[in-house]
Amino acid sequence: MLTEEIKHEIEAEAERFERKQAACIEALRIVQMHRRWVDDESVRDIASVLDMSPDEVDSVATFYNLIYRHPVGRHVIRVCASVSCWLLGYERLLDHLIQRLGIAVGETTADGRFTLLLNQCLGACDHAPALMIDQDQYQDLDVANVEAVLEHYQ
Amino acid sequence: MSERPLTANIRSNAPPLTVAEYEEAGGYQALRKALTTLAPAEVTKLIKEANLRGRGGAGFPTGVKWGFVPMGADAPRPKYLVVNADEMEPGTFKDRLLLEGDPHLMVESMILSAYAIEAEIAYIFLRGEYVLAGKRVGQAIDEARARGYLGRNILGTGYSLQIYMHMSAGRYICGEETALLNSLEGKRAIPRAKPPFPQTSGLFGKPTIVNNVETLCNVPHIVNRGVEWFKKLSRTKNGGTKLYGVSGKVKKPGVWELPMGTTAREILEEHAGGMRDGLQLRGIIPGGASTEFLFEEHLDLMMDFDTVQQAGSRLGTGTMIVLDDRTCPVGMVHNLTKFFAHESCGWCTPCREGLPWLERILKALEDGKGATGDLEEIRTHVKFLGPGLTYCPLAPGAMAPLGSALNRWRDDFEKHIRERRCPWR
Repeated sequence: MLTEEIKHEIEAEAERFERKQAACIEALRIVQMHRRWVDDESVRDIASVLDMSPDEVDSVATFYNLIYRHPVGRHVIRVCASVSCWLLGYERLLDHLIQRLGIAVGETTADGRFTLLLNQCLGACDHAPALMIDQDQYQDLDVANVEAVLEHYQ
Repeated sequence: MSERPLTANIRSNAPPLTVAEYEEAGGYQALRKALTTLAPAEVTKLIKEANLRGRGGAGFPTGVKWGFVPMGADAPRPKYLVVNADEMEPGTFKDRLLLEGDPHLMVESMILSAYAIEAEIAYIFLRGEYVLAGKRVGQAIDEARARGYLGRNILGTGYSLQIYMHMSAGRYICGEETALLNSLEGKRAIPRAKPPFPQTSGLFGKPTIVNNVETLCNVPHIVNRGVEWFKKLSRTKNGGTKLYGVSGKVKKPGVWELPMGTTAREILEEHAGGMRDGLQLRGIIPGGASTEFLFEEHLDLMMDFDTVQQAGSRLGTGTMIVLDDRTCPVGMVHNLTKFFAHESCGWCTPCREGLPWLERILKALEDGKGATGDLEEIRTHVKFLGPGLTYCPLAPGAMAPLGSALNRWRDDFEKHIRERRCPWR
């Protein structure tokens, strides 16, 4: 069940478009903001608010990189994997995180603290390598300074 | 130092100008001037005469694009202006500077451009990752509304406009304008067939203009300072300034507003400080991931749309990615191809099937498992995923760096097969 709050937020977005189905992506983002990921029930609920079929909503949800259809941890680490970060050695940073967290890309730590994902270009190419944790971006990273960054996220 | 209108208000490590500070610096005067003294068609005429060309990568003349929008009382309504702020081209970080650094310039540019096509609604389609830009532009929209620059009956002129922000859920193909419109309609971002072009049938089937951030940010300055001034900013026939960027192993990577037509050598050596000590330049991708490599012999070319095209590449976004002599070119194009394979929307077969296939071949080469015939396989794919054979420009864009790398560095590719390893590791 969507809470009244979530429902109102979705309906407010829907008013900004000529057709309310256009707010589908906003709706997915809103649910995710409240619940961290989008489960099957939420897909059905969004469909019912926007007069769509659940499959239509899911076809949108599964298309976009930033919508999670699987549970994620309290914090999501997104390591930039694009070419400028590759040139500056993001793979070393990623290998370190994999070791340090004991998980592969796409997985969540057993304590639910971190999910590790790759992200396409973060637009921080002059300060590579870069990553995001939740809504925050960090630049000029290496194996040595990434540790202090992780500490902010418990 | 040459004039840099787009970034004049941007101070490093300081918050952007507030609405009052922006007004103090001459902001919103172009909007006032246009709304009170110029008809919409006259604004379009100015942009046409200035020959402002799209800074998103394609270089299409902006005024010509606007000229296709049906005008007057009989035009379908509402009409839309959409800002493409989905900066996701790898190696590109220029629009971000404008969005974070001077959000009121973005907002004024949107209102003015919307007025030129008599649009009632404008959307800014912003990368989901650009959180800070979203906050700052959102605040600028609110401040502009409170000052009467936005909303109903702007500055008492009878013109009304609403601006909404859409934070993208993330997909490279959204940068393609018709895919962007599908995404804005809440759908999967799959490109549409053209024609009809968005100018006549775009968002919700209504006349729509989609322009890049940097492109639109020129508009208030052209209205304020005039066509001749704009043309003189440039060293070439392609008018204005350009945001040029450099990333890779140079001493001072960054982004700078310079006269259009500044040479690659000046950008690399004077602004980016040259290569890091001990490294030699091997090649550059001049304008984001989807452009052909250029080489040492091209460094004195003026970086404008026409010159770069004549040299066999594209200016693209103007943000170059530098390959040095200690980095594997096969590894670099593998990274790029992996990106494009991941971001293919899956609609047309050559792109959906061809890109992952290429990615596997390149990975095998990197892993020392390349086979005789792999290079011919790549060559064949470069041909069949090329311009005109796919539904949209994504796959041809992916083939640009790959094909040019194979042409130039065939020896390096062959060495991977012969020695059954990546020689750089």
